[in-house]
Amino acid sequence: MATEILMPALSPTMEEGTLAKWLVKEGDTVSSGDILAEIETDKATMEFEAVDEGIIGKILIDEGSEGVKVNTPIAVLLEEGESYDASAVSVPAASEEAAPAGAPAAPAAAAAAAAPETAPEVDESPDYPEGTELVTQTVREALRDAMAEEMRGDQNVFVMGEEVAEYEGAYKITQGLLDEFGAKRVIDTPITEHGFAGIATGAAFGGLRPIVEFMTFNFAMQAIDHIINSAAKTLYMSGGQMGAPMVFRGPNGAAARVGAQHSQDYAAWYMQIPGLKVAMPYSAADAKGLLKSAIRDNNPVIFLENEILYGKSFEVPKLDDYTVPFGKAKIWRKGDDVTIVSFGIGMTYALDAAEKLAADGINAEVIDLRTLRPMDLPTVIKSVMKTNRLVTVEEGWPQGSVGSYIASEVMQQAFDYLDAPVITCTGKDVPMPYAANLEKHALITTDEVIEAVKQVTYR
Amino acid sequence: MAVRKSAQKSNISAEELTKYYREMLLIRRFEEKAGQLYGMGLIGGFCHLYIGQEAVVVGLEAAAEEGDKRVTSYRDHGHMLACGMDPDGVMAELTGREGGYSKGKGGSMHMFSKEKHFYGGHGIVGAQVPLGAGLAFADKYLENGRVTFTYFGDGAANQGQVYETYNMAQLWDLPVVFVIENNQYAMGTSVKRSTKSPALWKRGEAYGIAGEEVDGMNVLAVKEAGERAVAHCRAGKGPYILEVKTYRYRGHSMSDPAKYRTREEVQKMREERDPIEQIREMLLTGKHATEEDLKAIDKDIKDIVNKSAEFAKTSPEPALDELWTDIYA
Repeated sequence: MATEILMPALSPTMEEGTLAKWLVKEGDTVSSGDILAEIETDKATMEFEAVDEGIIGKILIDEGSEGVKVNTPIAVLLEEGESYDASAVSVPAASEEAAPAGAPAAPAAAAAAAAPETAPEVDESPDYPEGTELVTQTVREALRDAMAEEMRGDQNVFVMGEEVAEYEGAYKITQGLLDEFGAKRVIDTPITEHGFAGIATGAAFGGLRPIVEFMTFNFAMQAIDHIINSAAKTLYMSGGQMGAPMVFRGPNGAAARVGAQHSQDYAAWYMQIPGLKVAMPYSAADAKGLLKSAIRDNNPVIFLENEILYGKSFEVPKLDDYTVPFGKAKIWRKGDDVTIVSFGIGMTYALDAAEKLAADGINAEVIDLRTLRPMDLPTVIKSVMKTNRLVTVEEGWPQGSVGSYIASEVMQQAFDYLDAPVITCTGKDVPMPYAANLEKHALITTDEVIEAVKQVTYR
Repeated sequence: MAVRKSAQKSNISAEELTKYYREMLLIRRFEEKAGQLYGMGLIGGFCHLYIGQEAVVVGLEAAAEEGDKRVTSYRDHGHMLACGMDPDGVMAELTGREGGYSKGKGGSMHMFSKEKHFYGGHGIVGAQVPLGAGLAFADKYLENGRVTFTYFGDGAANQGQVYETYNMAQLWDLPVVFVIENNQYAMGTSVKRSTKSPALWKRGEAYGIAGEEVDGMNVLAVKEAGERAVAHCRAGKGPYILEVKTYRYRGHSMSDPAKYRTREEVQKMREERDPIEQIREMLLTGKHATEEDLKAIDKDIKDIVNKSAEFAKTSPEPALDELWTDIYA
């Protein structure tokens, strides 16, 4: 049966091209792989190969023809013993089904409720029952306990990273783990972030639950391709067949006097990635409860700690299995005059400012997001519906900050409740300087938070 | 180890030769069909064909056991067919349809099969190398005796993460076979234009990893080398490198005019070294098969490929709500 040879698309964007030259003539026998013609696209001249064998019965488009649309018949291929008959040519299906789908579905556009009638539903249950015994622990100890408890519970959990085993952690977060779990499960790596992040991701594909410690998240920039392209996207790319249940953890943000390359807050970066979950705890209780949840989660989790918080003590519930769910903010302080939203070390400024503002008669409600993806926006919006004013606090840079995302969401979902523009308090838009006075100035300060609150409350 | 002589003299059964012929022919015809569907606009974006390299995956799959794993780059259709994935599902993924292995959400470069232990399909050059070592890490941790084939090209062999991985794989004795598919061109850059030490397998020596160069146009030589590599890994001796010298007949991707090499070079390779022709010749001269037998196989393969193309055209596009699924487990 005669078949038409169609003008091929030779690149992802080609719609038409020039049939520069025929390399066969009518009557020639061709087999699969033979070059039939040269076709010029806007980018290059390409050779066009035969797919089927047969005899060139008729050339329909002469060489030199310009603007030949893709899928236009350019020649007719005959089988042996057949002769050309213009009326008896089968056209390979390139019809409707070739057309790409229309525009992708718009995100479930919950028509921006700028003035919701009722406050959004919020889970206000306490993190642990009243009367639970509390013990004082540092964030460092809480993180260690979380890992140890989860490693006791699941043989497939292991921790790897630079200096995590014999040195017991550059910041002593993995103290005691090698002793208890042995070298098979507490693994010192060479200094090779890109490589071990990839190996850990592969191990997660293979059925394990890795905890990857980055000595700091600054070094994870070497590994970010695996975090995003390999760990975060594989579940989607595989149509749900396989993903990476794992945790990438380590200190994030500025420490003290360590300069520009060791002082960056990555909260806003990772928060942007679908497929990742992102936690950034402030207290020891949240560090413990969230890390245990992260290790059990079937998705890749970015767990952003802070070196300055490691040594800070908090009360931690004494429970056999204390976990904190992702996507549930914590209200540290109730208030009616303004909402201050923060997370991680930003909470130190937020709480400090709230304390000082209370002395001035301004009662701030202070919300700790705890996780940035998923983010508990309903708790923020419910609070803004009460206070009508919002200030966000973080150490990261201003452009594309976590605060700017919150501000845009609040504007879209609760515009009519705002009595003042949202102010986003952030670190300064500069690489971190070394000099003590400049560094202090580059970070967010309590005074700046107080000033922002006074602005939005018109005091 | 030096280059080994091909296995032409060893006792290969007619059945085995026929199997390799069939498997290589399936990849060749499938890829030709994919190229055709691309030309018709049914396949979009990037599409990297495996034509010319068929002996590599078919030979190595012959050395693999049930449960062994494989991971590769974006030139992945051949690997999927060789490990037994369904041609219908692969072709339908190329056309972005619901019936594809990733429900149309992965495309040519991103397919996976848990059932066949195929772990992708990765689009960032070299990224699959630590991923493959990680799969082997899991196997060693779980003590299940499995081996992972980690494929990458001569281009990827210049990525830093490959050497980070070599170091750890050897340090931890991971059961991984690193397969360098040296098709001599990283897109348009020939090996000799990208390195002054073109014996890529020898780079493993710096890390203490054993390896060898293999004639990648000869499926029997590939299989034999694969068996040596797998035995090394399964004996707990750590990773092994196979630099498989092969050749891709088509451009890097569909939109590559391939002006960096001559038509004569490609033609010479096709005429003198073609992996499928070599086996065809052996089948006929060894009187293992007649022309008629081979014609029947050709027809059979053609039918399988046509059926996959038909499936790929008629399988519906994914429902729009698929946009929002499989983001979180």
